[in-house]
This record gives sequence, C-alpha cells and structure tokens, in this order.
Amino acid sequence: MAKVTIDGIVVDVANGSTILQAAEQAGIEVPRFCYHERLSIAGNCRMCLVEVEKAPPKPIASCSYPVADGMIVHTDSPMVRNGRRGVMEFLLINHPLDCPICDQGGECDLQDQAMGFGADHSRYAENKRAVPDKNLGPLVKTSMNRCIHCTRCIRFITEVAGVPDLGATARGEHMEVGTYVEKALGSELSGNIIDLCPVGALTSKPYAFVARPWELAKVDSIDVLDAVGANIRIDARGTEVLRILPRINEDVNEEWLGDKSRFAIDGLKRRRLDRPWVRENGKLRAATWDEAFATIAAKLKPLSGDRIGAVAGDLVDAESVLALKDLLASLGSGNIDCRQDGAKLDASRRDFYCFNTSIVGIEEADAILIVGANPRKEAPVLNARIRKARLASGLPIGVIGSETDLTYAVTHLGTSPSLLTDLHGDQHDFAKVLADAKKPMIIVGQGALARPDGSAILAAAWRLAAHVGALSADWHGFNVLHTAAGRVGALDLGFVPGPQDKTADVMLGGGVDLLWLLGADGFDPARIAAGTFVVYQGHHGDAGAQRADVILPGAAYTEKSGTYVNTEGRVQRGFRAVYPPGDAREDWTILRAFSAVIGKTLPYDTIEALRARLEQVNPVFGRVGHLPRFGCSDHTGPTGDPAVLSDEPLVSAVANYYVTDPISRSSPTMAACVAAQTEPLMAAE
Amino acid sequence: MAFLDRTARNLLLGELVAGLGLTLRYFFRPKVTINYPYEKGPISPRFKGEHALRRYPNGEERCIACKLCEAICPAQAITIEAEPRDDGSRRTTRYDIDMTKCIYCGLCEEACPVDAIVEGPNFEFATETREELMYNKDKLLANGDRWEPELARRLELDAPYR
Repeated sequence: MAKVTIDGIVVDVANGSTILQAAEQAGIEVPRFCYHERLSIAGNCRMCLVEVEKAPPKPIASCSYPVADGMIVHTDSPMVRNGRRGVMEFLLINHPLDCPICDQGGECDLQDQAMGFGADHSRYAENKRAVPDKNLGPLVKTSMNRCIHCTRCIRFITEVAGVPDLGATARGEHMEVGTYVEKALGSELSGNIIDLCPVGALTSKPYAFVARPWELAKVDSIDVLDAVGANIRIDARGTEVLRILPRINEDVNEEWLGDKSRFAIDGLKRRRLDRPWVRENGKLRAATWDEAFATIAAKLKPLSGDRIGAVAGDLVDAESVLALKDLLASLGSGNIDCRQDGAKLDASRRDFYCFNTSIVGIEEADAILIVGANPRKEAPVLNARIRKARLASGLPIGVIGSETDLTYAVTHLGTSPSLLTDLHGDQHDFAKVLADAKKPMIIVGQGALARPDGSAILAAAWRLAAHVGALSADWHGFNVLHTAAGRVGALDLGFVPGPQDKTADVMLGGGVDLLWLLGADGFDPARIAAGTFVVYQGHHGDAGAQRADVILPGAAYTEKSGTYVNTEGRVQRGFRAVYPPGDAREDWTILRAFSAVIGKTLPYDTIEALRARLEQVNPVFGRVGHLPRFGCSDHTGPTGDPAVLSDEPLVSAVANYYVTDPISRSSPTMAACVAAQTEPLMAAE
Repeated sequence: MAFLDRTARNLLLGELVAGLGLTLRYFFRPKVTINYPYEKGPISPRFKGEHALRRYPNGEERCIACKLCEAICPAQAITIEAEPRDDGSRRTTRYDIDMTKCIYCGLCEEACPVDAIVEGPNFEFATETREELMYNKDKLLANGDRWEPELARRLELDAPYR
C-alpha cells in the first residue's frame, strides 16, 4: 500500500494504481476523456493533468502515472489549471461547434469539461479538419468530425467485445477511427461504444435527433430480452419509450448492455395488442373486456380441471405467472408449464436450473466447459464476462456444440452429447484439464435441453460436474444458461406440471380443451390441436395471438412493474416507465379481474399483496437484488438417465441473436441488423 | 378684504377661464393620440410581439431542432419533435407554440443559436377562437415569410447591443 496525499487528503492505495485511481478514492474529480476504468489505459487525451511534487516540473497525465509512497499531488494548482485549459483548447481546435445539432448535447463530457476546465474563448481562426463519416451499420451513427481520438471505442470493441473491427488509420491530425473496410460492426455489444464515446462522434442511429436528455423521464428497470437480467434505465417521454441505457451493476452486467436489449424498443410500438379480441365464425372481432371475459367464462364452465391448461412464455414477470398459477389451481388444474420450447429442466431443486456459479463467479473459475450453448448469441453480456476471465487468467474453455466464434479461444471438443460421458475417463485431453481444475464450471445451454434426450444431457452434465469436483462445499460449478427472462422465475414458483399433469407438449397436442397462453409465442401455432380453445394474453400480435380464440391485451416489460429472476436466480425488480397502450392492462390485474368474473377471486388486490404471496410461495422472492454465493453438498443428480444420450449434434437455442421474441421480431431496427448481418458490406442504407 | 377679493374672483369665473385657457392652449398643440387602426405608434427594435420562424435567404428553414427554446421557455409553451430529414439533416417535424401560455419574455429568441425563432413587431394577432392561438410550424414559418424584411431589419438594429 502506498500513502498518497492528494490536495491535502491522505489516502492509502494499492501499489501499482495510478494517480487518477487514487484521486478517485480520495473523492476528487479529475477530468478525463480517454481513461475508462473497464478499459486499458491509453493516456492520449492529456486531460487528466495533475502536478506532482518532487517529480519532473511539468504537468503529469494522472491516468497513466503510478503512485509512489509519500507522493504529494495537486489537482487544482495554477499549473494544472493552465495545462488543462491548454489541452482543452487543442481538443477544440478541430471539434466542430455544432452542439445544437449534436445528439450528445446535454450529456456530453466535452461540453461539460469545456465549461468546467476550458477557457472562455478560442484563438484558432483557421479551418477545421473535415473527416468523412463512416458507416458502422444500422445501430451506430457516426459524425467523425467530432472525434477527439480518445480510442475508447477501439479499445472496447477489441478488448471487451473481442471483435477487432475498429481501428485507427494515419496519425496525428489525420488519424481516423473506423472499420478498415466499410462494414457493419460484428459485435452484439456494439451499442456500448455509444455510451463510451465522450463526444458526439458515435451516437445511436435509431434515436437520432429524437429527444434531448433533459426531456426524458428516467425509470430503473430490468432487461427481459435475454436471461442475464441486465440492469437498465428506461428513458421515456410521454407515452413512448425512447431509449434504453444500461445501469451499473457489478454483479450482473457491469455497465454493458447487448444490442437487442438496447435497440429492440421500437418493437414496443408496433404490432401491439391494445384491445381485447374475440373470434367469431373464424374471424377475430374487436370486443370489450366484459365480452372477452364472458366468452372465456362460458367456455370454461363445463370443463373439468384436467381439461384446462396454461403455458407461460419467455418474457413474463413472476407476478403474472403466480396469478395464473393460482387461477388454474382454483379451477382444479395442475396443467401448467413454463417450458414452451420443451426444455427438459428439472424444477425439483433450484440448483438444477440456475446459473449457480453466478456471473461474478465466472472470474474465479479455472476451467469452463460449455455444452450446447452459444453464450455470445444467448447472453452477450455474460459472454463478455467469460472473455474477461479468459483474458485475465487464460483459463481453458471447452465447447461441446457447434463450432462458432465466441470472441475468445476455445477448445472445440465436438458436437456429440456423448462427449459428456467420454470426459469421465482420461482418454480425452480436456478431461484432464477439467479434473485438474480447482474451480471448474460446466455451462449447459437451452439447446442441449430442448431436445428429446434433454433430461439425459442434464443428468450427464451434472454427473460430470460431480465427477470433476465442480460440486463442493464452497463452489458450485454446475450452470444452466437460460435464454428466457421469465423462465427461472416461473420455475421458482413451480409453474411446471406435477407427475399426473400434462406438459406443454401434451397440452399443445390436444391434451386440454382450453389453453391459456401467457405471452407464449415460442412455438409454431400450428402445433395447437384444432379443437382447443385458446386464450392468448400478451402484448404483441405474434404467433400465439394468430391462433387465439380470445385475445387479452397485456403490458410489455416497460409498462408494468414486475419481478424477474435472471439465469443466476437473482431476483430483480423493474418499474413502470409508460402506460400500456389503449385498453391493455398489466397482466396480473387481468388475471385478477377474470378470477372475479368466474367467482374464484384471487386473494390479492394490490401488487404489494401479490408480492407478499410471491414470498410466501418461494422465500427467494424476498431477496431482491441480492444473491448469496453457495456450494453444493448434495450430489444427487436431476431425474434422467445419463446413459441414453443420442448422437444428434448439439446446437444453440438461439438461431439469430437479433430476433428471438415478439418484441425484437416487431422491431424494424432488429430487422435492419439481420439484413446487415447477411449483407455486411451494405451498399446502401 | 379677503372676503371681498374671493367673492369678486368667484363672480368673474377666474378658475373657469384659466381652465378653458388650458384647453385652448392644448387645442393648438400637436395631437398625442393616433387614429389607431389607420395610424400606429413607433415601436422599439426589441419589441416582443408575435413569434415567427425564419428561413435562410435560399429558402432553407433555419430551425435545427436543438430544442433550446423549448428547454428555456419559462411558460413551457413550446413543443418540438424532431427526426432526421431525408437528406440526413436535423429538422423539426413539429414546432408548436401555445400563444395562450406564452408570456412574451423573449427567452426563446435569446436561446436560439441560429436566429430561427424570433418575436417580431406584430402585436395584432387577436383571434376569435382559442384554438387559433395554438400555432404550429406552418403558421410560424408563414409568419416568418411575411415579416422577414422587418425581422431582418430589427435584428440588424439590435445587433450592436448583443
């Protein structure tokens, strides 16, 4: 530890930290553009100048200068102020004064720091540099005149996203940031360079010129478009969600967010269900809530409990799942299932279906085996964490499944699930790696579970985890990587059929006469048997709604406050940013209202009462935001015979990252991303 | 004596004559009133009247949708929505001023970086209905086109003091 005095404040900092980090610890703000705590140090903006006593008598860039014991630093001396003013004047030589038309205006580091640390005028009267704008695809808009060459975007794309698409050509004033050959950025995390850019050189294309930051109402929420549960901030104006930004949560998403989660929001305005519909003579007709409820109630009356069933979709919040479960229970039915894709998840124990190591735990692991998952497509933020661990410790990563670029080096073992058995022995190189590892992780994807031998693969993966010592008192190395944000919450609430009840497959195949789909769109609607009366409750007119006999318009995740459980089993809560469109209502209130119509009133009138019930059903719901680390002492595996593995190759559950759910399927921005993927050169916009 | 003096003055109607004398004096002086709808008084170049959105000489609208006027408006009378125009430039799709909310403080004009929104010399925009006072972009641009010579002139006159 080194004792450093900064502006009279004495702080103890770790050896090897920089002056800027020490200043941060002392609570002193040092202006910076290129320095970012999650990226490597570049030291090229020169804004973070400080004065160090008994050092060379010149201003020193604090971001790259290591501390020494007894160092005395001044961050506000006349020399420092003069230096910063000079640097700011240099930066503004070529920066256009187009703040009024710049989307960064109002949240721009350069604007703020020019006000705080710059001079009040410029002495530069010559022409400014002009740089042609680059085409980086449908998400990131460029205005390269504004670039101040901090290289944050280059470092992010290269280091964190692991896709070395961006780089700088030429030097000095002629330096330009861009893709060397014009193409769309090939990363699922490319939106983050918009947040990182300290000026308006990189801005959001879909959000271009739409709003100013001071107009927006900001609401904290949780992302539901993948199962990582990234913490987000929803920026809304009036009835419209205009943009989504990540919030910092070191345990989940650090400060990154996947492109789908960030940009699919224009899908929230399209193909929405904003009023109830009832099918009459084969055609849907607009109806009132009373008519819709009466139609369902009439259909429901003669049916016995075992002819009624419900399937929950991927984006559902825990509250509505519980309300639906209680409704079905009051009707005497146990035919409930949240595994619409047929994944053979075992809900009997929580660690059979959770990402038990936790996302932070990835950084402690010393070997990873990925089975039937493509984390880059299924959970890009989590994949960035694996890459971070891989870069930090060089841990060996094995993949069973299709061979794809995960942005880090992996050992591809093959595609057959039978490798899970082979890895027990020592004939395989990777078997030895796993056996030698102290904290090995096995990550099982939904692609491995949503197939006929899914439960065998789950059991085999568990057995392998137990065999290689991944299950110990202080380390739980068995992980299931989910793709659906609502899945773990529904499993926690026991939204699965009992031993005598019908699974989603049976229900779709005519096992029930009345099927209630709560946002369930993840299957071909043609699979639903012809005679089944389908009630679809959801927010988009997608697959499920087309087949429905009654449509009940619900709320999307930005329009309700809901509880979501991410793939780790972390319970998180989001808040409402805007109201649902038209006659649409929050989902749990629809179920509560319907229960009163059929005389089986659910015992909760407020969301607080419903949340108390959540906690009563499963105490984990009382632990919002917090996730304790745990080990595994009970090695009994999930049901399923690990021996009956088929030789069918393992594939990821996510075929195309940009279109996985009703929201992203309705989004023109995501459609443009898909187009850019197939045609990366993009002759025209 | 005082009594006689006062009585004599009263009988000779001295105050009345003095008053009529004043009237007579003003009768021959220049008039201060004007025949309003046909005659108008002079106004300062800084007069804050009806709003207008100006154009550049080539016909391009000046407003770039920076929303500073909307942000500074103390009465929150301005509503702006923007999106990229076909040529990629930043333009408003909606520029509304609620003239019933406006307090004619002129801050929108002060805030505008491109002299697009101005308060012109026109004060005669009374309407029969309230709805007519909800100005939209077309109305404001039309105002600008109609008043441009006066608007340019008053900006020019005021420029030395800015």
